[in-house]
Amino acid sequence: MTESTETSAETNGSSGDFLLQTKDLKMHFPIRAGVLQRTVGHVKAVDGVDLSVRRGETLGLVGESGCGKSTLARLILRLLEPTEGEVIFDGENILGYDRKRMLGVRRNMQIVFQDPYASLNPRMTVGNIVSEPLRTHDVGGDSSGDRKKRVQELLEVVGLSPEHYNRYPHEFSGGQRQRIGVARAIALNPRLIICDEPVSALDVSIQAQVINLLQDLQKEFDLTYVFIAHDLSVVKHISDRVAVMYLGKIVEIADRDALYDEPRHPYTASLLSAIPVPDPHKERERRRVVLSGDVPSPANPPQGCSFHTRCPRAQDYCTNHEPRLEPQGDKVGAEVGSGAEASGPTEGHRAACFFPVLEGQHIEESETSTPYRAE
Amino acid sequence: MLEVNNLKTHFRTQDGVVKAVDGVSFSLEAGETLGIVGESGSGKSVTALSIMQLNPKPPAEYPEGEIIFEDQNLLETSDKRMQEIRGNDIAMIFQDPMTSLNPVFTVGNQIREAIRIHQNLSKSEAQEKTIQVLRDVGIANPERVVKEYPHQFSGGMRQRAMIAMGLSCNPKVLIADEPTTALDVTIQAQILELMVDLQEKYGTAIIMITHDLGVVSQLADNVMVMYAGRAVEQATTDEVFYDPLMPYSWSLLRSLPRLDTAGEVRLLPIEGTPPSLIFLPDGCNFSPRCPFVKDECHEIDPDLEEKKPSHKAACILSVEEIEKNKRRVDEELGVET
Repeated sequence: MTESTETSAETNGSSGDFLLQTKDLKMHFPIRAGVLQRTVGHVKAVDGVDLSVRRGETLGLVGESGCGKSTLARLILRLLEPTEGEVIFDGENILGYDRKRMLGVRRNMQIVFQDPYASLNPRMTVGNIVSEPLRTHDVGGDSSGDRKKRVQELLEVVGLSPEHYNRYPHEFSGGQRQRIGVARAIALNPRLIICDEPVSALDVSIQAQVINLLQDLQKEFDLTYVFIAHDLSVVKHISDRVAVMYLGKIVEIADRDALYDEPRHPYTASLLSAIPVPDPHKERERRRVVLSGDVPSPANPPQGCSFHTRCPRAQDYCTNHEPRLEPQGDKVGAEVGSGAEASGPTEGHRAACFFPVLEGQHIEESETSTPYRAE
Repeated sequence: MLEVNNLKTHFRTQDGVVKAVDGVSFSLEAGETLGIVGESGSGKSVTALSIMQLNPKPPAEYPEGEIIFEDQNLLETSDKRMQEIRGNDIAMIFQDPMTSLNPVFTVGNQIREAIRIHQNLSKSEAQEKTIQVLRDVGIANPERVVKEYPHQFSGGMRQRAMIAMGLSCNPKVLIADEPTTALDVTIQAQILELMVDLQEKYGTAIIMITHDLGVVSQLADNVMVMYAGRAVEQATTDEVFYDPLMPYSWSLLRSLPRLDTAGEVRLLPIEGTPPSLIFLPDGCNFSPRCPFVKDECHEIDPDLEEKKPSHKAACILSVEEIEKNKRRVDEELGVET
């Protein structure tokens, strides 16, 4: 079974450069109330996400808590069944797959969870934890001896020692546990690994160990990462491209340097300005944009642009029109539309804003002269 | 104003004595902000709780040291006197606003309690003051909000309420223990801005405890870096960030992914994990993980000494040796200096 999916994926030319694509992916969780548990509304955790991940790249996904990052990760892995949309892995929509075919796909997509204290079963030995995927998928040799050897190799790859095979998770520190989680994720030689906040539970000095490990493994095994984090510095360090989420939608996506040097969406710009950098002189000189208020509830998102309630540039137009993710020119200036569109729908810099922050502009100076980009 | 001399806070446990704080000294002046940085388990929070006298005794004990606040040693004052100081002269904001507010009382009720204990105000005056402090910390509609319960608040609002409570009696010293760690960056920016404004308005001295070096560089005048229960470096913020003289502080800065540098620099992880506070390594506590280590480091336990005027660090290497090592490792990492 698994062999046939692999060959079909290789012969399938339509998948092109992309290992993973989502099309208009939506997850609306019903809110139930009353005695009859009638649905009274929906939490729009993920609300129409189009995303393409190239082979071998790291796509960073950032946003504040509650913006739908983790839900999106679970939808991609089909740990949650989306309300609408498509998840295309290697050219095929996996949402229609039955259990058996799904198992074959799961070999190629794995996840590293945020909390290394909760994601390892305390009653299983490290050997059992790491060999579980091998047993489930019946790979890594026939005898348990072969598998043990494979697991010990994996432990060495992630910087642990083979003697750790018979130990239990509680004997390890947070950083070491995260290494065990990584060993489990790479056990099946997957093509895609979704890292859901893999370092945010770790101390700063340990974060660097895990980040370096992930980077080394990517080179060695030719992995593709979707790297989810709320820490924009970590994402900048590890990603090739970065997508910013707000209230279940992607508001900006671009190559790493373009996004960090020339953020177009006011939300991205204010996120970047909110992060203190460890450099006292720069800190004293920085002009900071402090957003007022909290993130609105995804059960009742604002009309029009979902960011307009906190946006320093918002105009009347934003309150009743919803911006689409549209190409933005980088250092191209005037010919915004034509230049970027030619390079394909997922290429380049895209942002969902009617009044994007242009080069040299400060985000608070809302430029009324900026033309509406009509729908 | 506040002076901590050779503070030692030890916890007696079944496995042995945990030296959570082991000889920490610093002083704090009015209007100053001191940043205390360190990893989890380095003794930052226990230092704060020792000043507040909130460590449970037993198992906590203070074998040595003194904490002098306005000519009295807080380690020797009576519980009754301490209660007058706590919340009134020295206030503390805790890390997790979700768990540090009582869910069964209204927010107004909890802030009013602090005010009524320390200030001789009638109930209605205290209510007025409560509304005023809530307005001070930027909460909209304070008249309505005082009657609400913590679960009706968002994370940022809860932390504002905690700050309001901390500032309600105009304390001279405010200890903020990771006040923004549980919050999103946009909310963190709001809270930090608020703390700076309030400090300017009331002249409060702040002890800012955090593991986030960015927050420290934004707020602090002076920095104390802690490792395994000791202060390993003390200096002005600029000195610590631009010219760290303790290998630990330096490695910490090199281990951070940064927004302000180009992405291709490899991070320098600090190998291994922090030591157990019961079985500390021989010699320097940092020697098993130190990138600059030499043989003597495993034998000699360095004291915090003045390496440069008003720049203290605990390392047996000379300033020249440290600079040389920094250059060597930077070259290996490909960092341009």
